Amino acid sequence: MSPISRGFRRKRQEGPAGRVPPGQYVTKDFPVLSAGPTPRTPLANWTFSIDGGREPKSWTWEEFRALPTETLTTDIHCVTRWSKLDTTWQGVSLDVLLAAVEYDARYVLAFCDGGYTTNLPVADLTGGRAWVAFGYDGSPLGAEHGGPARLLVPHLYFWKSAKWVRGLQLRDTDEPGFWENYGYHMYGDPWREQRYAGD
Amino acid sequence: MAGTAVRGRLTWQSATVGSVTDETHQVRTLLLEVPDWPGHLAGQHVDIRLTADDGYQAERAYSIASAPGEPLAITVERLDDGEVSPYLTEELRPGDSLEVRGPIGGYFVWEPAFGGPLLLLAGGSGVVPLRSMLRCRASAGSSVPARLLYSSRSWEDVIYRAELDGLFDGVEVIHALTRSQPPGWTGYARRVDQQMLAEVAWPVAQQPLAYVCGPTSFVEAVASGLVGLGYPAGRVKTERFGATGQ
Repeated sequence: MSPISRGFRRKRQEGPAGRVPPGQYVTKDFPVLSAGPTPRTPLANWTFSIDGGREPKSWTWEEFRALPTETLTTDIHCVTRWSKLDTTWQGVSLDVLLAAVEYDARYVLAFCDGGYTTNLPVADLTGGRAWVAFGYDGSPLGAEHGGPARLLVPHLYFWKSAKWVRGLQLRDTDEPGFWENYGYHMYGDPWREQRYAGD
Repeated sequence: MAGTAVRGRLTWQSATVGSVTDETHQVRTLLLEVPDWPGHLAGQHVDIRLTADDGYQAERAYSIASAPGEPLAITVERLDDGEVSPYLTEELRPGDSLEVRGPIGGYFVWEPAFGGPLLLLAGGSGVVPLRSMLRCRASAGSSVPARLLYSSRSWEDVIYRAELDGLFDGVEVIHALTRSQPPGWTGYARRVDQQMLAEVAWPVAQQPLAYVCGPTSFVEAVASGLVGLGYPAGRVKTERFGATGQ
């Protein structure tokens, strides 16, 4: 039973029903969170690769941008408690990327410029639920928001949508990534408030 | 990068407000009495949960202001359109109750064994976790050289002003006042820029360790500025706060 905080009252309006997970509030800003300086990799040096399958697979920026793209509008939820509704992205579906690889792994560790990693089940990257996004709101994705390309897995807390993503390592076991090593949840479902290990 | 993992389940604990101290006209430090506080590292944060009498709850994260070994303290800046920070900075009194869980975060931390020299760069209330590091350095008797470059709007907006003025032995504090300066001010009177960083930052050859905390625009400018001076990205740790919600 939580103690009452004397004199505390709701000031924010409730978000639209069914859109805002527990403990989140809606913001119109797009806050930035990251652990270090923003990496800036020239597109000429950029690749996206998938390792750990039968054969490694890699795309240059030009090859990646030649893949079929999707425009999607979705809600995003940051573990620091802001949610942003109806964000519009352009990206390549992970279904398209993973279809280029033969694998039977159940997990991936996404890796990024700057050394950031995050772990996800393969099942959460397939079935039209995950993208490598390169555009936001009709413009190229800004570097501070993860450009040139970031993972976009909007049904999990947003730290799983790794910025500056450069590839996936397919794995048989679920190894913690960067924030997961510091006590954040291995899966991160906002609707179950899986913020920290043990939640 | 592993090693400081928080592995057990983080549970909510009742806390009682022990004291409140006004730092500036819109910033207040709250000392929180938590019977089973497990201790924390300098730079970590804590989740705060408030419960209204109708059952409505709000949670926010705040940087810890006190050093390891000291009672838990947070320093909160009031954002007028916020839901939680106006309550914490205006309404809350000693003896009031709230809930905390933590400590949280293991990357933006400093321990004396990490060494230095230490370069701390704060924008506004981004000074809070850096103050925890300076208090940690002092209480550990560390002789690691340390510099704090601290950007504030005005002299009246400087948080922990008296403490930074004199309490930290062997720490150089360099202020930048961006909007207004007191009469006779001879220090920096502009936003932190590349030239200022070049003047203040330890030379790369000394293998400094930098911590940058503030609003996104500050952190972006300072972190990329340090990389431009040759700081390896892995030696520049950043923490940012959005201008929203807190």
